[in-house]
Amino acid sequence: MTATAHKFFSPARIGAIASNTLLELVRLKVFYFLLIFALIMIGSSAFMVRFTFAEQFQVLKDVSLGAMSIFTWLLSVLATAMLLPKDIEDRTLYTILAKPVPRLEYLLGKLIGVLLLLLVSTLVMSAMFAIALYLRQQTVIAETMRTTPPEQVAEAIRNIKASTFTINLVPGVITIYLKAALFASLTLFISTYASSWIFTILISVAVYIIGHLQSTARDYWLASGDAGALTKIFLAIVSLIFPDLQLFNLIDDIVAGNAIAMAMFLKTCGLGVLYACIYLLVAYFVFANKEL
Amino acid sequence: MRTLAVIAILLIFGAAKLRFEQRLTEEHRAAYFHGAKLNLDLRQQVGQLGFIAALSGFRALVADVLWIQAHSAWERTEWGRMALLFNTVTALQPRNVMFWDVAGWHMAWNASVAAREDPKQPREALRIKAQREYFQLGRDFYERGIANNPDKYVLHDRLALLLRDKLDDHCGAAKEYDLAAQFKDAPEYEKRFAAYELSYCEGHERDAYERLLALYKIGEHEWLPTLLKRLDYLQQKLNVPPEQRVYIPPEKSP
Repeated sequence: MTATAHKFFSPARIGAIASNTLLELVRLKVFYFLLIFALIMIGSSAFMVRFTFAEQFQVLKDVSLGAMSIFTWLLSVLATAMLLPKDIEDRTLYTILAKPVPRLEYLLGKLIGVLLLLLVSTLVMSAMFAIALYLRQQTVIAETMRTTPPEQVAEAIRNIKASTFTINLVPGVITIYLKAALFASLTLFISTYASSWIFTILISVAVYIIGHLQSTARDYWLASGDAGALTKIFLAIVSLIFPDLQLFNLIDDIVAGNAIAMAMFLKTCGLGVLYACIYLLVAYFVFANKEL
Repeated sequence: MRTLAVIAILLIFGAAKLRFEQRLTEEHRAAYFHGAKLNLDLRQQVGQLGFIAALSGFRALVADVLWIQAHSAWERTEWGRMALLFNTVTALQPRNVMFWDVAGWHMAWNASVAAREDPKQPREALRIKAQREYFQLGRDFYERGIANNPDKYVLHDRLALLLRDKLDDHCGAAKEYDLAAQFKDAPEYEKRFAAYELSYCEGHERDAYERLLALYKIGEHEWLPTLLKRLDYLQQKLNVPPEQRVYIPPEKSP
């Protein structure tokens, strides 16, 4: 029997941890969130029949994408907050780390597991959203064909189609995923510090709210000439430490008809990936020296 | 020690990303993203929970809930409540043209008629006054909508319609149709409507005549009844010499 040399960094080990994490999370029945999402979407479609088609599509898109945003965020925070405490409670963590698995690989594997879960969830929700939108579109088209004079039907259908699916919805959905990925990494970092998962969740929720106000704090900090020293220090800390989550809130304006330039979208994605990497790095920094 | 090191790392990263974030925010704003002004006025209108939801990235959802409330208010013909709700909805979603459009239409067309025919108000002068106030409310929605959406033609078109049909301001309507016509995605009729409206505008008859003539010369598909009627009217009003007048076929003459 030949002994293989131990690799310092092994994608196979990370893959194994990630797939196990995904499996564990699926067994936690977090996918039930998706069912709630489906119900909200179907419910929102049902009470919109009296609206004009533009209003119906508007509300359907807003409610569906808003629900996607809420559930991917909740999923990322809840799933990640429970990873480390659960592994410690089950003693799995000790079994894994007793083997030659670097702590970075362990954290990376865990994070990738959550990101995969988020990816699957986002894809399933997007598919359900597309189906709901398509069904609504077909209903409206059928109604229009019944009630519109023949010479105006073609243009009416063109207008309906233009109001439903636009290519800009894709970057909108991607930013929803990115925001959730950023939060998964951030929650992992917090959980390396925290002693309980409730604390981790509470801090993550607080960061979520502060993160949405970060741009306001930054604007005020950079513009404030007459603010007191304490105020300036406070604003600076908020601006420097917290992520600007408003930058990932593009979907409201995209549904309203705003188009997003590719360069701007890529920069936003780059910022999201950078945040996720930095939070993973500090999580490793804390976890590497943690006494277990 | 470890905590301090983590804070130091986050602060260094924060300083490095600050400029990038600020630039990206400016780019977003230049592309009309994040245009809502979430201030204390809005806080009073949407309540604490709604305000927190709006701050947390669920502006569109809060706006939709209020929109549905406005729809219910319409069914109960509560015009004042509708105006308040529309103000809040448009403040939350200023880039949504549909909200401005429908809000302006409800005020200028539906609420104004209801005010004009209000059975509870016996004095006609007061009914007319209320009607004109709703016209102005509609106009205000369109004008604020245009200010928030300078890259879209739709609200110029709606404002022109209001000026033409409700306020009898043909010069203003011509200007708005002209502004709408400048957009690449605007329908072709905007240009034609601008010329029609200009033909009613005192002192601009010559300009209107030249524009209508230019449209006439494009081809027979432009010889629509209104165009021929207005052209005929202007030829007479401007005393265009008979040899310079365009021929309007008797079967096409209005």
